[in-house]
Amino acid sequence: MHFIKERGYRPLRGEAITPREVYAHRRDFLGRLAAGSAGAALAAWAARDAFAQTAGPGRLRPLPAGKSAVSGALTMEKLTSYQDVSSYNNFYEFGTDKADPARHAGTLKTQPWSVVVEGEVKKPGSWDIDALLKLAPMEERIYRMRCVEGWSMVIPWVGYSLAELVKRVEPTGNAKFLQFVTLADKTQMQGLRSSVLDWPYVEGLRLDEARHPLAMLVFGLYGEVLPNQNGAPVRLVVPWKYGFKSAKSIVRIRFVDKQPKTSWESAAASEYGFYSNVNPKVDHPRWSQATERRIGDDGLLSKKRPTLMFNGYEAQVGQLYAGMDLGKFY
Amino acid sequence: MNALLLHRAAKPLLFVLASGPFLWLLYGAVTHGLGPNPAEALTRGTGDWVLRFLCLTLAVTPLRQWTGWTALARLRRMLGLFAFFYAVLHLLCYAWLDMGFEVSAIVRDIPKRPFVLVGSLAMLLMLPLAATSFNRALRALGAARWRRLHRLVYATALLGLLHFFWMRSAKNNFGEVAGYAAILAVLLGWRLWAAWRMRTAAGAARKPRERLTS
Repeated sequence: MHFIKERGYRPLRGEAITPREVYAHRRDFLGRLAAGSAGAALAAWAARDAFAQTAGPGRLRPLPAGKSAVSGALTMEKLTSYQDVSSYNNFYEFGTDKADPARHAGTLKTQPWSVVVEGEVKKPGSWDIDALLKLAPMEERIYRMRCVEGWSMVIPWVGYSLAELVKRVEPTGNAKFLQFVTLADKTQMQGLRSSVLDWPYVEGLRLDEARHPLAMLVFGLYGEVLPNQNGAPVRLVVPWKYGFKSAKSIVRIRFVDKQPKTSWESAAASEYGFYSNVNPKVDHPRWSQATERRIGDDGLLSKKRPTLMFNGYEAQVGQLYAGMDLGKFY
Repeated sequence: MNALLLHRAAKPLLFVLASGPFLWLLYGAVTHGLGPNPAEALTRGTGDWVLRFLCLTLAVTPLRQWTGWTALARLRRMLGLFAFFYAVLHLLCYAWLDMGFEVSAIVRDIPKRPFVLVGSLAMLLMLPLAATSFNRALRALGAARWRRLHRLVYATALLGLLHFFWMRSAKNNFGEVAGYAAILAVLLGWRLWAAWRMRTAAGAARKPRERLTS
């Protein structure tokens, strides 16, 4: 070791090495600082709320939002990348392969758009998308999304509680359920040529589920309006249920007195129930629901992670199902 | 064409070409180039190549007969072994990436997904074929017995097709399945037809029954 000394080598003291977490944090902080200053330069005194919002890739129109105060609305888990969120989708109206929607949804026309609200409400009518966008303050909420196929994501949605709309249209005493009807236009959606499902795609919620603050009417993600493949211009997001319950590109909301049939129930009633709450103890007849693969986060060789009851929202939504046999009402 | 097929570079070239999909998937896995769900991409990618190599292997004899490119026969073993190689990778992807080598998870999974069982059976039937693929095994078994044993590949191809059909039935998505079914129908149908013709010809000539080369 003689020659090392000659070169003036002094062994590094352990405490002089910056721990990884510290420098990673420092870099993260500097990065945020840079992003923040750029944002400020662009949008002068951008609302302080905008700083709290997840930065988007700058591809689509920005959709500023404030922080949500709803309990359970902000998971601290690592976000799934915008790239993955917008390129790995189930949206059969554009094809059954996960890459199809990103490839083919460019033909979807999201402007003009309106949503008809009808049925058991005191104030039925047609809502223009611009009116819906202004109906309540936009909030960013970071939800887990668990697909019935066994994979999951963490997505920063932009929108507000569905309850805001429900409140304004004033359901009558007969209203027990909501039915969501989505767009089915052959000229815009090439997947409609296949008969995988009966079009249009329909979904449903119980009125009390629709009124739960976590059930969300979504217009954007990652601080920007929804990419077409994610259900633009307006979709539902119900984080404690399997992803297919969160209907995309909604054109009609019907308040009804009887439990409506959903598309997946019509296709395979023994496999997909009306409730479809995320439940690791109730398997799909053809695969286990006990675990899930987190897209983009779990390494190729890492084990799948355990799926949580109600997708981790049990504290918030468990009481909606008190006393119900969840094996029977799957 | 025969001269080309007999060229000493033909086999090494085929080896390189047939390794291509494997290297491509490996490269994708290492460089995160397989999209949002690499485990799924690897499992499906290797599965697709099993079917493709099975079709190629089964196409050798009919092609040889139709075109007179008799030297194609030299390449058949390598094609078959590549089908086996991709089948091993496919099974490994399932057991490792999907099930984490957890026996209890696999035991629970199989009754739920019977197509896994069908795929495993197809894979199992390939084992004796791969194990007797070298010349000495052929000599030890005798050509007739070896040939009879290697007819198991027909069962493997049909089970593989059923496995793929069953998997895709979850989404009523049968386009690709129909493609493979059509190819296999031609390749296996031709064999049936040739065997039947051989038999009737042999019967008419009152010759002892001949066996058709597979």
